[in-house]
Amino acid sequence: MKLNLKIWRQADATSKGSIQTYPIDGVEGDMSFLEMLDVLNEDLINKGDEPVVFDHDCREGICGSCSLQINGEPHGPDRLVTTCQLHMRKFNDGDTITIEPFRAKAFPVVKDLMIDRSSFDRIQQAGGYVSVNTSGNTIDANAIPIEKENADDAFYAATCIGCGACVAACKNASAMLFTSAKVSQYALLPQGQVEATTRVLNMVEQMDKEGFGNCTNTGACEVECPKGISLENIARMNREYLSASLKG
Amino acid sequence: MGIISSSIARKVAMALSGLFLVFFLGQHFTINLMSVFSPDTFNETSHFMGTNPIVQFLLQPVLIFGVVFHFIMGFILEIRNRNARAVKYASYKGSANASWASRNMIISGLVILAFLGLHFYDFWAPELNVKYFKGDMSGLIDPDNVNSGFRYYEELVHKFESPIRVGIYVVAFLLLAVHLWHGFASSFQSVGFNNKYSVALTKFAKVYAIVIPAGFIFIALYLHLNQLPH
Repeated sequence: MKLNLKIWRQADATSKGSIQTYPIDGVEGDMSFLEMLDVLNEDLINKGDEPVVFDHDCREGICGSCSLQINGEPHGPDRLVTTCQLHMRKFNDGDTITIEPFRAKAFPVVKDLMIDRSSFDRIQQAGGYVSVNTSGNTIDANAIPIEKENADDAFYAATCIGCGACVAACKNASAMLFTSAKVSQYALLPQGQVEATTRVLNMVEQMDKEGFGNCTNTGACEVECPKGISLENIARMNREYLSASLKG
Repeated sequence: MGIISSSIARKVAMALSGLFLVFFLGQHFTINLMSVFSPDTFNETSHFMGTNPIVQFLLQPVLIFGVVFHFIMGFILEIRNRNARAVKYASYKGSANASWASRNMIISGLVILAFLGLHFYDFWAPELNVKYFKGDMSGLIDPDNVNSGFRYYEELVHKFESPIRVGIYVVAFLLLAVHLWHGFASSFQSVGFNNKYSVALTKFAKVYAIVIPAGFIFIALYLHLNQLPH
């Protein structure tokens, strides 16, 4: 199929970018979206032009590296998939596709479609861990009985790959779905209780410092999340935050 | 960064002030509905609300604080949220993943705020003038004549004579319904309430968001149509 691509080009973090148009031919339905961009880049390189820079790694939908706002939606029009798992059969011959980086003040553009998501790393570093002493007295985690429901919810929260689609979809560029998933995966488990109070306070404080917007419960994040992370996690984080604030 | 400036604390404050205003709306509607069924009961209740010191000097200031707090906090959050995305998308498909009501709370909120200006001009300012500037606490049509009857119902009916004012009120109530459609149900999520009761609670909130504004529209139209020459 023939497509008309409108792609955000930006030379570096400080340059002013703009949308450029690239016609592309010979795209097949079985190609993934990133393979389609590979075809475009081969073409650009052959012509001696600068290829389009975009984030990618595993191309299996599990690493959280790929991003892209495709026709106004993070990871494109399909649901529960990342851009690398989005197939070109979701588009029609002659379509115009607008491709932009995930937009947020806390996700500055590095080049073209590549963004810096280290703000997520700093939120994680602020409390998204459990301290375990490896002194020789470590207890096997599987030896602690955990309610099935809590184990499942913690697991689902932990499936967040940190891609940033929640931020990209949110009209406020809020990172509450990501942060709440990272809070929830520990809040639901006994191993997470030791640092429960400081964890949520520190992670929310870091989230605010990074310049993300505030959640207004539109639910866009949950719809666009490639892993289907639930809004229940945000309610849980709000509860955790309130109870941690009261404890001091 | 203290709790006051934290995003979650502000979100919870927004939800709690909103819930308080939702409760107030229900009470306001109940009293207004009396005007349809029994002007006498409406008069009696209005006089009680307008002269009772607890209502006037405790509940009313709390209400005013609730309204002012809700919209100032709303603006502060809106500004922060707009700043969180400095470069806008060339293509942004908000309708694909969220309702219009949830994405445009600032628009419905601003319409309600503008309506409150008119509403205060219509009812609150004249009421303050009569009671606290002219010093007439009698609530009577003619303060010198004890048999003249209460003025409240008559004043209410008079306000809904103009079809333009009725039209403005109807539009404002429609936007109020839009605001409540997202805001009421969403406030439970903000305070951390999301469990097996949430589906039922959300349904209740959605019904409330339709019924209360529809009721206000009914009252405005009823009072207007009732006084047209037959």
